[in-house]
Amino acid sequence: MKRLLVYLKNYKKETVIGPLFKLLEASFELMIPLVVAAIVDTGIPGNDKGYIFKMCAIMVALGLIGMVCAITAQFFSAKAAVGFGTELRHALFAHMQTLSHSEFDKIGTSTMITRMTGDINQVQTGVNLVLRLFLRSPFIVFGAMIMAFTVDAKSALTFVVVIPLLSIVVFGVMLITMPLFKKVQGALDKVLGATRQNLTGVRVIRAFGQQEEEIKNFNEHNGMLNRLQIVTGRISGLTNPLTYIIVNAGIIVLIYCGALRVEGGIITQGAVVALVNYMSQILVELVKLANLIVTVTKAFACAHRIEAVFDMTPSICDSENTVAEEYNGEEIVSFKDVNLCYQTSSEDSLENINFSVKRGETVGIIGGTGSGKSSLINLIPRFYDVTKGSVMVAGKDVRDYKLDELRHRIGIVPQKAVLFKGTLRDNLKWGNENATDEEMLKALEVAQAKEFTDKWEEGFDKQIAQNGKNLSGGQRQRLTIARALVRNPEILILDDSASALDYLTDAKLRAAIKKISGGKLTTFIVSQRTASIMHADKIIVLDEGEMVGIGTHDELLMNCEVYKEIYESQFKKPKEGE
Amino acid sequence: MKGNKKTISRIFGYIKSQMFLVVLSLIFSLISVVLTLYVPILTGKAIDCILDNGIEWDLLKGYLYQIAASVLITALAQWLMNLINNKITYRVVRDIRRDAFAKIEELPLSYIDSHAHGDTVSRVITDADQFADGLLMGFTQLFSGIITIVGTLGFMLILNVKIALVVVCITPLSLFVASFIAKKTYDMFKLQSQIRGEQTSLIDEMIGNQKVVKAFGREDKIVERFDEINERLGKASLRAIFFSSITNPGTRFVNNLVYASVALTGALTVLATGNAAGTFTVGILTTFLSYANQYTKPFNEISGVITELQNAFACAGRIFELIFDTEAQIPDAENARVLDNPNGEIDLRNVEFSYVPEKELIKNLNLSVKPGQRIAIVGPTGCGKTTVINLLMRFYDVNKGEISVDGTDIRDITRHSLRKSYGMVLQETWLKSGTIEDNIRMGKPEATREEVINAAKASHAHGFIKRLPNGYDTVITEDGGGLSQGQKQLLCIARVMLCLPPMLILDEATSSIDTRTEIRIQKAFAKMMEGRTSFIVAHRLSTIKEADVILVMRDGNIIEQGNHEELMNKKGFYAELYSQM
Repeated sequence: MKRLLVYLKNYKKETVIGPLFKLLEASFELMIPLVVAAIVDTGIPGNDKGYIFKMCAIMVALGLIGMVCAITAQFFSAKAAVGFGTELRHALFAHMQTLSHSEFDKIGTSTMITRMTGDINQVQTGVNLVLRLFLRSPFIVFGAMIMAFTVDAKSALTFVVVIPLLSIVVFGVMLITMPLFKKVQGALDKVLGATRQNLTGVRVIRAFGQQEEEIKNFNEHNGMLNRLQIVTGRISGLTNPLTYIIVNAGIIVLIYCGALRVEGGIITQGAVVALVNYMSQILVELVKLANLIVTVTKAFACAHRIEAVFDMTPSICDSENTVAEEYNGEEIVSFKDVNLCYQTSSEDSLENINFSVKRGETVGIIGGTGSGKSSLINLIPRFYDVTKGSVMVAGKDVRDYKLDELRHRIGIVPQKAVLFKGTLRDNLKWGNENATDEEMLKALEVAQAKEFTDKWEEGFDKQIAQNGKNLSGGQRQRLTIARALVRNPEILILDDSASALDYLTDAKLRAAIKKISGGKLTTFIVSQRTASIMHADKIIVLDEGEMVGIGTHDELLMNCEVYKEIYESQFKKPKEGE
Repeated sequence: MKGNKKTISRIFGYIKSQMFLVVLSLIFSLISVVLTLYVPILTGKAIDCILDNGIEWDLLKGYLYQIAASVLITALAQWLMNLINNKITYRVVRDIRRDAFAKIEELPLSYIDSHAHGDTVSRVITDADQFADGLLMGFTQLFSGIITIVGTLGFMLILNVKIALVVVCITPLSLFVASFIAKKTYDMFKLQSQIRGEQTSLIDEMIGNQKVVKAFGREDKIVERFDEINERLGKASLRAIFFSSITNPGTRFVNNLVYASVALTGALTVLATGNAAGTFTVGILTTFLSYANQYTKPFNEISGVITELQNAFACAGRIFELIFDTEAQIPDAENARVLDNPNGEIDLRNVEFSYVPEKELIKNLNLSVKPGQRIAIVGPTGCGKTTVINLLMRFYDVNKGEISVDGTDIRDITRHSLRKSYGMVLQETWLKSGTIEDNIRMGKPEATREEVINAAKASHAHGFIKRLPNGYDTVITEDGGGLSQGQKQLLCIARVMLCLPPMLILDEATSSIDTRTEIRIQKAFAKMMEGRTSFIVAHRLSTIKEADVILVMRDGNIIEQGNHEELMNKKGFYAELYSQM
């Protein structure tokens, strides 16, 4: 929580004014028992009706001023809390943007989203409550004590005993329930997981007749959640009864001591009434507080979850000593003794990879399921850092680049064709903010997308739905290719991105890419189809994370067993009986 | 509140089983409220013993003991009431969730396919949670609040009718203030949640596709867009929060008015009676003042509780809609046949089917499959291949005609035994969260570790499983976590290889597996299909050519049917498709 408080720093004024007015309001509230005491002690014995009227008028006036103060306080605390929430949201979102792929792999997308939305809302509510009440409550409690001292110091000593006891109860319950709330949240996550799983996997579950099993499994998680909730409730339910006992014990002591003091002629009956009133005021305040403590405790639990995200530092960041030097060498990409081991796995995904690529070459990457094709190309834009060895782009280690500068040289077409909500123009401009319509048209043409975008009446203003749901798979894929081309990159990476295209379109696409570059664009094509890569200048064959062959199609057919097998599996009709 | 009637009666349906606890809770609540109200009377009496001209110690001590006893009992009753309320609420919610989940298992596929999963999940999770919060608050606050109001009113009336009437007249003002503000702020809250929804969907889109964002270096641009929405959200929230928070100071001011009026009328009454014992004394005035405080407090809370309850009922309504108002699939007939190791003869007669009435899909489909035959289904995307599988597995029921297995209409066979008779591998791999072994064992829970390993070996999954951190005990997350698409598919194949049902459905079962591994698996597949009726959706030529019957589908119809040779000779759509492959 402490770490998050920096986001209040632009609201210093509000965080001071808010509670201040709250305290003012509270002080007016504290005066009311005094006024009542005055009526009892002066007005009634003196039979002075005028005085009583005056005192009651004062009470109403105090209430009115109190209300104005309270509204002022509400305004400033709301402003501070909302401002805090807004800045925290911005900071967390911006922080998430800096994290690299490894961190996202580790924590998972859905938690990130919950933390960004639900958790921040809880914390914002918590801050607002703290500003409004957590200062007010102690103030009323201590204020009541101080007022009691002005009435009669000796009797008021009761307050000195009662108040620490109350704090122990309140904070004790908070401390004990906080970890429990976190557990409840975790159990809820599990129930959610079980539910989602049964919707996404409904066909398989029913095909295998697993409904009974799944119901059992769900009931287990559900029961666990229920037990945790009840245990948590059992403890937080203690606050009210305990404070009630303590405060009333205080009242009993007050009356008894008060009686002794009245007997001694030191104080009046009215004073005893005032003392008892102050004690009851503490009770009223604490009951209010106890109901809100749950909210604040939840806010703390959520704050911890948010802090955990802030604690994650991006494993990949800009290099500090970047020098922009012209590179005129031939080699655009080279891998030297590269090993890669993901944080989530125990084994190397890539082992000892060595190769280099000249400017303008087309490189095919082929290999079996899980052989490391995607891992390999993910290293070029530095989505992950190598565990050993180095990856060079234009003569410089990728770790010596500013990330922006490095990634700006590269156009990527990811395996999953993702488009974003917005117009076609918005989507294409992802590649290059300053692209002209002409450039975009050119890119569409090369990507073989023009044939269908031309039919769109709205042209570049065509609205695309989230994830491109209003387009077919093939259309989406061609638009993602166009998006990468708009960037006018030096290196183009196609990560198995033509799989939704039929063979003919695929071939036309490759030919068009070759043509536009004027021999300068270096292209990496990852594919399972030999046909897509067989004309490449260089083909890299991967098998279980190792490079088992590199060369042209013809060379590999001669000397690479794995490549030969892949090729034959696709082009040769199987032998009889196989 | 009109639409709430049904909801409320349904909530009572769930509470019924907890009736004993509810009664207990009411009793404890009554005890604690009555005693809480009685304590100020005792306090007042005790104070009256303290007279400036001497103290009645015996009486005073007696009262103090009574106070102590009442306080202890009250606290105990309060705690027990809290415990019971917790138990009732969370049990009710647990039961609702249990029923909702059981209902999900019985929903027809058509419902699940046509409703966003996120919506159903949020009913079971978020709505249930909100309902729990509201119900708990309702139980603890609404109930004790009403008792408190009635109780204090009663006590005040006993003590002094005139002053009590003053209180009764002024208090409704606070309810008026609260409802006035609630009405005014409703639109502000609506705007707030609307902007919040906008923001959530941006977060969902951008965090979900973080890798693409990175690739194009769009981080800053997105933060800009985020900030724009965030700014608007901040403004809307401030308005909503501030204006709604005026309620409390407003109602508190009304309370102050009540308090001052009681003090005034009370003091004047004391004057009139001369503070003599047996009349309206200062002690009674003290009691009255504290009642005035206690009486007004629940009004503040109840106005809050009612909004909360409205929300809770709305949430409960959404879950109940799922549990009660959604049609479940037609249950199995009582005398339905339990299919046991069928020989695999399948007949489709005059089958008609469509997902939506206005768009017919499958018309007059006839097919007769002999035991052990291999049927390949080919055709362009969207031609209805998957629909045929949906019908065979009885995920959907035919609109007309019938499908029979071993001569029995599948509607007269229990769903469980029908589906268990098919081994199914789909293009879309699905794994449940659990260990690798759990996943393979899904169709045959009693399989030994050895059998599991053999199945994995047959599907060529053993190699990569061995290399996972914990081998077969590696826990995978719902979406398969670190496994590649191809590896997931291998696991799905191993799953079927283990239980080996008498009939098979393979829908693009090897689409994500590289061709080399695929060829190796083919052997195992070929062995598996021997003697088993199999339906295969595939794009690979060799698989299709070897089929006994090839169904060529287009726009929901089977336009050609026959073996490879026959179809090629026909020079129709199949021949055209074949030339493109």
